[in-house]
Amino acid sequence: MIYFDKVTKIYNDNTKALTDINLKIEPSEFVSIVGHSGAGKTTLIKMLLAEDRPTEGRVIFESTDVHTLKRHHVNKLRRRIGTIFQDFRLLPNKTVYENIAFAMEVADRPDDEISSDVPYVLDLVNLSSKAFNFPDELSGGEKQRVAIARAIVNQPDVIVADEPTGNLDPLNTYEIVQMLKKVNDLGTTVILTTHNKGVIDELSKRVITMEDGKIIRDDPTGRYVL
Amino acid sequence: MFSLTIKRIIKSGALNFLRNGVVSLSAVLVMIITLLILAGVIFSSALLNHTLISLKSKAAININFFESVSEQSVLKVKSDLESLPQVESVEYVSKEKVLENYIVRNRDKQTLLAPLEILGSNPFGASLNVKAKELSEYESINNFLIQNYSIDTTNSIIDTVNYSDKKLVIDRLTSIISAGEKFGAIVTILFIILSILITLNTIRLAIYISRDEIKVMNLVGADHGYITGPFVVAGAIYGLVSAIFVLIVLIPITHYIGQDTARLFFDLNVYQYYLQNFWQIMSIILVSGIFIGSISSFLAIKKYLQNK
Repeated sequence: MIYFDKVTKIYNDNTKALTDINLKIEPSEFVSIVGHSGAGKTTLIKMLLAEDRPTEGRVIFESTDVHTLKRHHVNKLRRRIGTIFQDFRLLPNKTVYENIAFAMEVADRPDDEISSDVPYVLDLVNLSSKAFNFPDELSGGEKQRVAIARAIVNQPDVIVADEPTGNLDPLNTYEIVQMLKKVNDLGTTVILTTHNKGVIDELSKRVITMEDGKIIRDDPTGRYVL
Repeated sequence: MFSLTIKRIIKSGALNFLRNGVVSLSAVLVMIITLLILAGVIFSSALLNHTLISLKSKAAININFFESVSEQSVLKVKSDLESLPQVESVEYVSKEKVLENYIVRNRDKQTLLAPLEILGSNPFGASLNVKAKELSEYESINNFLIQNYSIDTTNSIIDTVNYSDKKLVIDRLTSIISAGEKFGAIVTILFIILSILITLNTIRLAIYISRDEIKVMNLVGADHGYITGPFVVAGAIYGLVSAIFVLIVLIPITHYIGQDTARLFFDLNVYQYYLQNFWQIMSIILVSGIFIGSISSFLAIKKYLQNK
């Protein structure tokens, strides 16, 4: 379970990115967070990944306040949360195979496990033929599928996808959303931030709407309303 | 698990080195310059030391005894001098050898040899050549002679001590050598600091290019050691490759200037010096290259390892 307890974030220039956020996400839930640019969606994600600290409040992940964790434990936490970003964030000097294997290596997984699991997830995201290509040899959709493969390979508890379809055409967007749904069907919590109305309407899952750093709507089977 | 992690780090570092071709090349070029400066410092230091040793070895005090002084008395003085801690060596030159040296030295100067024929006997006394351990100690040896052998008095067995003649030369040599040693040390330290700073900045630039990559590694939960390791390995490879290049390129360079250095610096041929001390120089260059490369990478990457 993930719980944001009265989380407020004020940056040094007095910009209020989040105001008094109370949010509870149950295991295996698929939650979409929508809102205009600057609404606070990405800041909320950063709080969960311990990339940024809240000015006030707590972010609880399975009964632990993530901002009280020591560095080593933050790394362990991040290995339990798969991340997918709009700009893919792949390692440019590693092949597709190595990008996915890297996530397993940092989790201290043995070589034999890596050599059996990586081809398996590559097959899941339909990229077996591109295993030894570098990221700059892939299309946007393919890069995002690599990012998904990397995010799921360690079988994390949560997948955080921050605008994963922002740079993709409708066909690729559809494919990525279907993959996220499949991951969620297998029991992984998915937190998706997006601007894409079509994606939200297609999902018919819980939708949280943010505006000016506040949650203004929380619909259990929501629609995209801004 | 530890050896598996080390294996992965080394493999990843080697791949980083190979795949970041342009960045690796520029870092290697800068490190080559750094290591060439270091090699230059090693050779300059060898030349300076050799010159100083050669100059020092040419300094000595000559003690000339009266003709009437027995060999036994001279050998007594010799043993007294040898017991002094500041004395390196004392060479005994017999009366006969002094005469022989005089004849050889003046064989073309009949005016200087003619009086010997008139005298019909050896007018020279024996002499002692004294070498001190340090140039600055000649004065104390001279004082010892004055105090113990009543030089310049009627009952002295010593005719002349040529310390006063050489004093000026010895004093100048002492100050030149002392200044040379200080200057050499300052220049060496300065060059090494400068070259490390240049290398550090080049590697910082190389790591700056990878800052987004480091951020991604942080986000997937990589430990700092696992992120830093491959960059440190790549830094060590920059150093290793540069060191090998420098060690090879030093062969033609030293060969080219070897004869000139032998002519200018008391027969020290840097090519011969390089070959004779190859293993020692190789160790210094290799260790320095690997150390500077890996430490620079380690320091440069620290900035990007923030979790929060």
